[in-house]
Amino acid sequence: MAGIESGIYQLGKIDHLASLDTPIHRVDPRAKVLATMVYLFCVVSFGKYEVLQLLPFALFPIVLASEGDVPFEYLATRLLIASPFALFVGVFNPLLDRAVIGQIGGIDVVAGWVSYASIMLRFTLTTAAALVLICTTGMNSVCMAIERLGAPDVFATQLLFLYRYIFVLAEEVLTMSRARSLRSFGRRGMGFRVYGQILGQLLLRTYGRAQRIYNAMLCRGFDGHVRTMRTLRFAAGDYAFLIGWSAVFLVFRLYNVPLLLGQLATGLIS
Amino acid sequence: MSHHSISVCDLGFSYPDGTPALKSVSFEIGHGESVAIVGANGAGKSTLLMHLNGILTPTRGSVRIGDVPVNKDTLPDIRKAVGFVFQNPDDQLFMPTVYEDVAFGPMNLGLPQADVERRAADALERAGVSRLRDRPPYRLSGGEKRSVAIATVLAMCPNVLVLDEPSSNLDPLARRRLIELLATFEHTKIIASHDLDMALDLCERTIVINQGDVAADGPTREIFEDAGLLGACHLEKPLAMQGCPICSG
Repeated sequence: MAGIESGIYQLGKIDHLASLDTPIHRVDPRAKVLATMVYLFCVVSFGKYEVLQLLPFALFPIVLASEGDVPFEYLATRLLIASPFALFVGVFNPLLDRAVIGQIGGIDVVAGWVSYASIMLRFTLTTAAALVLICTTGMNSVCMAIERLGAPDVFATQLLFLYRYIFVLAEEVLTMSRARSLRSFGRRGMGFRVYGQILGQLLLRTYGRAQRIYNAMLCRGFDGHVRTMRTLRFAAGDYAFLIGWSAVFLVFRLYNVPLLLGQLATGLIS
Repeated sequence: MSHHSISVCDLGFSYPDGTPALKSVSFEIGHGESVAIVGANGAGKSTLLMHLNGILTPTRGSVRIGDVPVNKDTLPDIRKAVGFVFQNPDDQLFMPTVYEDVAFGPMNLGLPQADVERRAADALERAGVSRLRDRPPYRLSGGEKRSVAIATVLAMCPNVLVLDEPSSNLDPLARRRLIELLATFEHTKIIASHDLDMALDLCERTIVINQGDVAADGPTREIFEDAGLLGACHLEKPLAMQGCPICSG
């Protein structure tokens, strides 16, 4: 079960990265969350055949990751793990959408392939931005930020607990599947039937645990609202971060920056 | 109004599926007493503890903390007075950092920020875990988790401390430290455990629970000398009271 073990370790790596102290880490979490939201909105709002105009948006995750000490290999491996989802979402585009929309060097450019590339690019950009946000802010601060920004309390609390108990749940899965594999002697145990039962068990155990945690919370005066001690201060630098990046995104969204740059370059040459 | 004494009167409880857990349990615990609740697995110890601060509601009989009966209307008061340390610290520690977890209770009491900070720092200090304050709870060792779980309850400044199997899963040194820590508290203490040696060290009085009933209630040392009683309740004399197997002393 090395997969689960290394999974827990990788999650721990996020905590480690989030605990670093860089200029990006010091930006108020709300500024980062809002800037990332503007970013996501801009990236997904392009038409389905847009590829070129998306490229400048790579600037945001790249700058934040390099300033925030998030290793690119780490980001790349995380993206790879999430990529099958996006790969399969668009896999039929090239087959179904066979219209030719142009030619590059005598080769027909098929619309389906362009939209497929667009999907993959959007996936990479948005997922990378979200990862960088969490790696430079920490899950807890992200939850606190969205709560302060007016997201429902229940939502932020759920997210917080989800993250807190991933570790406990993963350990439970780990012990159960070890117990299974120790008694299945290198064969597949009893196959999927047993996996079904393991999942059922896990659900029941989770249910029992949730009840115990809730009791523990009630014992300490919980009344449906999780209060946090931390205070957030929105300083001038945070406004600059938010407004600066949002302006950049809007420019990237409204003007075809690669085209302008290309025209500028060819203008200079000729 | 004192919240330091506990009186349990003819307490009976069956789980919703009909499993009887407690038949008729009665006892009184006075201010500052330290009492061990011992018994076999499934004897009803945890079920009994969960009645002391209203997590479970009795099917029969009543529980009073000081002069206040435990019922729906008094629950907030009761829970302020009775601090409960759960058997599994992972159930008790749910906040992102140790400090926030310890501050959770006092914040829910609606105290001003300065008081919350003072109480949390004080509780961490008393439990000897101040150095862990910014760590996430799930990254701590078993012994550290247990101490933090105790700190979260101390921060509420309870009058009565209820602990469910506090020494389970601890290494000998962590167990010894826990015993020393608990010995420093002057609260009324109720400790459910199979660790009879710990009970011997910490509690002057012991209540033996067997199949949902009180099998014995008296001074710890006297009860632990009654081999017949202990045997009938699936227990054994604590090691400290057994002869030395090597020199047969």
